[in-house]
Amino acid sequence: MADTTGPPHPDAKCNPPEADASPPGSSTLPGRFSRRSFLSHIGAAGIVATAPPLLAAAPAAVSAQEPAAAAAGTLPLTLRVNGQLHTLHIDPRTTLLDCLRENLNLPGTKKGCDHGQCGACTVHVNGRRVNSCLSLAVMHPNDEITTIEGLGQPGHLHPMQAAFIEHDGYQCGYCTSGQIMSAVAVLKEPVGPSDDDVKQAMYGNICRCGAYPNIVSAVQQVRRNV
Amino acid sequence: MEAFTFTRATANAQAIAAQTSAAAKFVAGGTNLIDMMKLDVERPRIIVDINPLPLSEITTTPDGGLVLGALARNADVAHHPIVQRDYAVLSQALLSGASPQLRNMATTAGNLLQRTRCPYFRDTAHTCNKREPGSGCSAIEGHNRMLAILGTSEHCIATSPSDQNVALTALDASIQIQSARGTRTVPIYDFYRVPGSTPHIETVLQPGDLITGVTLPAPIAGGKSVYLKLRDRAAYEFALASAAVVIKMNGTRIEYARVALGGVGTKPWRSLEAEAVLHGSTADPITFRRAAEAALKDARPQSQNSFKVELSRRCIVRSLTTATQTA
Repeated sequence: MADTTGPPHPDAKCNPPEADASPPGSSTLPGRFSRRSFLSHIGAAGIVATAPPLLAAAPAAVSAQEPAAAAAGTLPLTLRVNGQLHTLHIDPRTTLLDCLRENLNLPGTKKGCDHGQCGACTVHVNGRRVNSCLSLAVMHPNDEITTIEGLGQPGHLHPMQAAFIEHDGYQCGYCTSGQIMSAVAVLKEPVGPSDDDVKQAMYGNICRCGAYPNIVSAVQQVRRNV
Repeated sequence: MEAFTFTRATANAQAIAAQTSAAAKFVAGGTNLIDMMKLDVERPRIIVDINPLPLSEITTTPDGGLVLGALARNADVAHHPIVQRDYAVLSQALLSGASPQLRNMATTAGNLLQRTRCPYFRDTAHTCNKREPGSGCSAIEGHNRMLAILGTSEHCIATSPSDQNVALTALDASIQIQSARGTRTVPIYDFYRVPGSTPHIETVLQPGDLITGVTLPAPIAGGKSVYLKLRDRAAYEFALASAAVVIKMNGTRIEYARVALGGVGTKPWRSLEAEAVLHGSTADPITFRRAAEAALKDARPQSQNSFKVELSRRCIVRSLTTATQTA
């Protein structure tokens, strides 16, 4: 699948979350293409012939990668992600982040700094939020991994996803999946009731657009309702 | 990142046997090691995943102390009710460092071995005696604002980065180590080495040594502990100066004192000099200032970090003031 379940597209706030089961970028209809499929295709084709491949881009990008045969230096690995088991062979250097995005085609988790400083790559491992960029995929054979794709789906958003939309908890959207994964984890952590407590609990997620006040209000709304 | 052989240890002895040289590294949380492997600062040939080892527990000892398993996550230690009640300085120190995500990953033993944030250590384009022994120190003549003023040498001025380890020093913690030769316990005061002419050697650990836990002695009855961290921003930042103090009062006099400093030393810096001033003295601003002066008397600031001398003194005075207010 293409980028169907990443952080809400900025335009998504124009629609009530439950009104449209297919947010922008999610369509697999022939002739429509997502930002991701567009970029993937440009990346593959180079910049030589930009216009003609666009129409063909969507079908090409939605076909999931076949599991590659074991290459030299790879290790067998079974990962449980969003309740689904994946068996693959992987270079042990592959971070959990890169494995999710590149091997399992779950690009909702974002790569920001790649050094544990920005929080864009936040996922849950056994229910706890971690930076997936600082962990090797081969360290997680027995773990339950949850990404933004496993949190909610278009039409069945997690309350935190819906609250981020309602409160405009983003501008460009790049940090948003990490913010939401952190925010969902906060619901179960020992965090005090005030806005300042939420800011403290969320400081591992950087938003360069500065959407912080709206993020805090989104998190607080969900906490009040839980 | 350079290629390595990956193995997963399910028993302590298996992990110990797999670490045949310094080129074999244990990985636990990965927050520090994998970061440095991406920078090519660390280039291990073998990675031994020790996460399956049964070392995550936090348990009480018969004499009223606490053992933190080597793999106990920083978040679990920080939020543990006994740690919060009896070793508040440790909980405060842990919660002042890194981010919630990193604290969910980072472990007690991994934090003990956390490497410096000296920018020249982390950048292979520069010389660094810690990274490449004998290559020289780019920091001494370079950007040294964040670097150490205590325990430095002409070969290295890298700051010890951890908050946890400053608190553990004030708590008289000791490190449990297992190797093929058996087990031993090393007081944290003797665990770290100052750089001298061998800044690449940071602890007493040898290849094949596995840290299994950290022992905290029984809390000082009637004592109070405080961690104060001063930094460029209020969150997610390393210390410019920090202080961990454990104080017990007897009336207006100080009966027991431990003072450890962070952000200013090449290792978690226990100040025996400050403690000597405090023991038996009246808890007042003059005593605190004398203790702070004593702690920094051997400070050797560089071109950009002389401000740390006074900052560290004030950090000590403030933390002592807080610790003695209601004790």
